[in-house]
Amino acid sequence: MPKFNNTEQVIPERVIRKSEIQKVLESMETDDLSISYSDALDNEMVLNMGPQHPATHGVLRLLVSLDGETVKKCVPELGYLHRGYEKLAESSTYHEFIPHTDRLDYLSPMANNVAYALAVEKLIDLEIPERGKYIRVIIAELARIQSHLLALGALVMDIGAVTPFLWAIREREKILDLYDIICGARFTTSYTRIGGVAQDVSDEALAGIKKFTDEFISNLNDIRNIVERNKIFIVRCEGIGYLSKEDCIELGLTGPLLRACGIDRDLRVNEPYLVYDKLDFRIPTYTDSDCLARYYVRAEELVESVKILQQCLEKISKGPHNALQTKKVLPKKDRVYTKMEELIHDFMIINFGVNPPKRESYSAIEASKGELGFYFISDGSGHPYRLKIRSPSFCNLQGLAPMMKDCMISDTVVIIGSVDPVMGEADK
Amino acid sequence: MSEQNIETLKTKLSNFKTEFTDVNGYTGIYVDGEQILDVCRILKEDPELMFDSLLDAVSVDRFQKKDRFEMIYNILSIKYNRRIFIKIKLDSKTPEMESLSQIWKSANWYEREAYDMMGINFRNHPDLRRMYMPEEFEYYPLRKDFPLMGIPDSIPLPNK
Repeated sequence: MPKFNNTEQVIPERVIRKSEIQKVLESMETDDLSISYSDALDNEMVLNMGPQHPATHGVLRLLVSLDGETVKKCVPELGYLHRGYEKLAESSTYHEFIPHTDRLDYLSPMANNVAYALAVEKLIDLEIPERGKYIRVIIAELARIQSHLLALGALVMDIGAVTPFLWAIREREKILDLYDIICGARFTTSYTRIGGVAQDVSDEALAGIKKFTDEFISNLNDIRNIVERNKIFIVRCEGIGYLSKEDCIELGLTGPLLRACGIDRDLRVNEPYLVYDKLDFRIPTYTDSDCLARYYVRAEELVESVKILQQCLEKISKGPHNALQTKKVLPKKDRVYTKMEELIHDFMIINFGVNPPKRESYSAIEASKGELGFYFISDGSGHPYRLKIRSPSFCNLQGLAPMMKDCMISDTVVIIGSVDPVMGEADK
Repeated sequence: MSEQNIETLKTKLSNFKTEFTDVNGYTGIYVDGEQILDVCRILKEDPELMFDSLLDAVSVDRFQKKDRFEMIYNILSIKYNRRIFIKIKLDSKTPEMESLSQIWKSANWYEREAYDMMGINFRNHPDLRRMYMPEEFEYYPLRKDFPLMGIPDSIPLPNK
């Protein structure tokens, strides 16, 4: 791994110069305080981080028990953003739930839209045309870039470097602008529909994506050059948040966390969906399983995503983007207003839903944070009888406590940044 | 999963009461609640099966007189790239089963979520608390008899 040039150099361990600290502590003692500061670093205490903590990326609450500055145990508490989406899904039709998927992983809404639409299509046995598939791959990869950029930027900012964060946000802004052209919204996209997408991508949008991919690699290298050759960054990340390969599997981790421990599992290759089997890309894996390895996995996935985007732009052909299944797929709006048949189908789909057969179905995609899956139980009506969302952030957060064991309190922030949880998804 | 692999599974589990179903392309296995730990141990440790990762647990309220509740475990073999679903039917009045966190550590949070949302009790669970809702909340929100709009005064508001 090309971490820095002089790999021979040994990083000295953090040595606490007790005598120096002792003097500072003694100067803190006053007459009206009964606390003795003589052994402050030996004290045990329980510290509450969050839910309103700037570095916990949302409303994650951690209770850490400390021995001096070392974390002995960490207990994450979830539920501060629980909105009961699984309950809501049971009383809304399959189409009505699409806007809610934006609010799951709100840093990559397009990927959630794609995952949900694919899951419903698997449930009702619907195949979408080639162009629709390529559009979905393009938006899903844009979502991955969008999410990883924020993950990397925020990780580096938590360590103290603000410049790379601003550069990452600048790149991210370009993707949001592209979303604006593609679907008319920057953030809450709700772009996919059952059987296709809301509207075809324009040539203007494709040209914008082309321009973005051409410029992105050099801009990413600017960020990587400033970060990866920075000694503070390396020292703060290397060996921090280690979790063994066995534990990663045992705890059900997926996504960059799993690939950072040496397992090349990626649903895009292992259970291919859409057109990923026709595209050529690599799955970056590292074996160190620490914060630095997770950073490298994400950084290299960005490069691979750009490669996928470039191939898609070459291969995407003209044609229909929505499936031709009038009972399941919403008709075009201009035809709804002028044609009787389409008006009836629109009315039936909106009011009664797509009515899948009575069965259970599971479908998952590789979202930016890991395996994002939807388990449907259908009873034949227009509403799902039960919808279970397998959200990667929730499952990955389970690895947080073992990663934090015996690390320093200042490392907790780095570890949270490397796990990259999104609470909208973890709390559902 | 191919026919051959299903046959291997069937022979490995021939000593137990199982029922094979289809989950839209994936294999689902109904397992008896009493034998679940033994079955899971075989699934995890047998070198030909190696289902070493538990990815998710789904709790279902079928809302029927007999076997009202059901747990569905989504397990994956990373080595062989196979996924199966283990299903356990649970009692209507007192839904209770052995915790699978004795086999896969990741079951810990999934089962806490099922306990919180569906009120299913897990024996020998290391830390059975509510996952999302406050501890003093008395209801189980994902049960079918819990109203969508919630129950008034179920969470006390602060006094003025």
